[in-house]
Amino acid sequence: MIPSSVEETQKALEQHRYIADKGLSVAVFLALKLGRPLLLEGEPGVGKTEIVKVLAEMLGTRLIRLQCYEGLDISNAVYEWDYARQMLQIRLLEASGERDQGRVRHEVFSWEFLLERPLLQALKSVDGKAPVLLIDEIDRADEEFEAFLLEFLSDWQITIPEAGTVRAEKPPVVVITSNRTREIHDALKRRCLYFWIDYPSFAKEYRIVREKVPGVPEQLARQIVAFVQELRKEDLYKAPGVAETLDWAASLIALDATHLEPQVVEETLGALLKYQDDVVKTKSMAHGLLEQAEAAAVSVR
Amino acid sequence: MIGRDTPSTLPSGHLLAHVVRFTRLLREGGVVVTPGQTMTFARGLEQISILDADSFYYTARASLLTRRENLEHFNALFLRFWQEYDRQNSLSDLFKDALGLLPRKPRPRPMELASVPGSSEGESNQPPIPLVDRSLTYSHSELLKRRSFEAMSPEELEAARQMLYRLVWTPQERRTRRMKATGKERLDLRKSFRSSLKHQGELVDLKWRSRKTKPRPIIALADVSGSMERYSRMLLHFLHAFSIEQSRQGVRQIETFTFGTRLTRITRLMKKRSVDGALAEVGQAVKDWSGGTRIGACLHTFNHTWARRVLGRGAIVLVISDGWDQGEPQQLAFEMERLQKSCYRLIWLNPLIGTPGYQPLTRGLMAAMPFIDDFLPVHNLSSLEMLVEALGRLERRASNWYG
Repeated sequence: MIPSSVEETQKALEQHRYIADKGLSVAVFLALKLGRPLLLEGEPGVGKTEIVKVLAEMLGTRLIRLQCYEGLDISNAVYEWDYARQMLQIRLLEASGERDQGRVRHEVFSWEFLLERPLLQALKSVDGKAPVLLIDEIDRADEEFEAFLLEFLSDWQITIPEAGTVRAEKPPVVVITSNRTREIHDALKRRCLYFWIDYPSFAKEYRIVREKVPGVPEQLARQIVAFVQELRKEDLYKAPGVAETLDWAASLIALDATHLEPQVVEETLGALLKYQDDVVKTKSMAHGLLEQAEAAAVSVR
Repeated sequence: MIGRDTPSTLPSGHLLAHVVRFTRLLREGGVVVTPGQTMTFARGLEQISILDADSFYYTARASLLTRRENLEHFNALFLRFWQEYDRQNSLSDLFKDALGLLPRKPRPRPMELASVPGSSEGESNQPPIPLVDRSLTYSHSELLKRRSFEAMSPEELEAARQMLYRLVWTPQERRTRRMKATGKERLDLRKSFRSSLKHQGELVDLKWRSRKTKPRPIIALADVSGSMERYSRMLLHFLHAFSIEQSRQGVRQIETFTFGTRLTRITRLMKKRSVDGALAEVGQAVKDWSGGTRIGACLHTFNHTWARRVLGRGAIVLVISDGWDQGEPQQLAFEMERLQKSCYRLIWLNPLIGTPGYQPLTRGLMAAMPFIDDFLPVHNLSSLEMLVEALGRLERRASNWYG
């Protein structure tokens, strides 16, 4: 199931409609082959989360996602006991005349009362296939969780004091993403293969738009991508990511636009830019940007 | 990237030796690489076709690089090392060559306070300042505390500097969303249930948890332009004392930037143990020491590049400047507003407040004033003590008080 070379990885990703460049393909291939976690950083909206979904599809396995936030703890990330059912069970045992405290304890701390959270689920293979585990936006979690994660990623096991240790039959494929709102601890970084996803080139982004937005005419797609590429060179508070390009393309299609003109651009900028200052700034430059984009698109063609 | 075919023509043991040498070169060049990462790289090479230059490069990058900031540096070192390797030149020459090109770490040299970069060249030739007798009498140290840094003699500066390191820091804490096993905020179901087993499942003894607190991150932006130069030295010592104290408390989040004509991040330099060593490097890293000031433009850079990365988690921002700005006041106001909106508290420290009869009437300060939460002096030791105290009892900003 694991691709046998970098080229195959790249091809397999493409078959699942993810256009990856060489660097990312190498990183993904090595992560699979060496069984190492893959740490992806990059600006928001460049496809960090998307590639994980594709990876799960490609490997024909399930995707388990853990969204990080401050204060994420064992009971939300790993497991929790189902207290209500445990209480009921104690009453039932009591009613049936069970007096042996050891037996009661043994009963209520059995697996059937355990609620599995993402990290515990990730240790279990289904049909002999280890899942893909996405640890999303690790920068939102705190140092305490990072420390726990470090241990998890090296031992692939979880100890539940009341019930015993769960060990992975096969280690899951782990992908960690970060938006860099906080520096990740070095020890964690060094356990991972690291890749910085950049904004795509014109050619790559054009292919992504054509692939992901069905029905976008060739000419319009070229204009859209050229415009966004020009826009990213400007001094904006938040430059548009690929996700925004796709949203914008979809909006333009919905409005039956066949080509870009200042009027349409102004009306739809909200799909592309998420800060009012950026929208105002871009509106004043829309005309010039369109011309530059036009020239760039021609030269690429 | 690298040449077409050389790596595979050598036995793998030979290649491995070069892999190790390459990682050593990276370390010399300031890209930290652990033995574990080197192993990952070597094992990665077994998995790819090393005849393919791109795969080779990306394997090295994925296994050895952990920060985007180091990428350009890494690329340069990579290119140099493997190109030479490719040509099979005498390797010892190559290393001499490659290492010669690297920015060498400045050798730590003994530096006195008075010869910190920024002071004139001649001063560094002066004989070292004799150590001050530490047994300062109470009245002497009280006097020292109230004297402006500007008016201090070198001996007094040295004494003041030592007093700085004795300040006790307790920046205000914020409540995090992580729970700890004390206090009485929320029921700890897990513990309560376990203890109930002792009583046949009756919840007799309830266990509680509450939210943990952590010190707020502190972001300092220090003006090192001409008008502030006389205070900069002391302030950097102050910030350094702060960094050391913070790392002693296990807090990682203190960020230090300097600005003048451009913004420079000096957080890493400030983490060095020796003050003089750190300040010497600050002097090398900061190119605009004693130049002009463009506060608005520098804040713009900060807001764009750093705000999202360092201003999370209820940060307190300290801007240390006298407000002599050569840029546009509108830009400064705009950036100050954005900065204030993205932090918990925006404190402006101005040494001139200590001057009798001073009024903040510069164009820059007037533009910035509406967005400043606290406007405090930093001209002498006692004002720094006040600051330390103020940091400990910050209250939530009254919403929109500047109206």
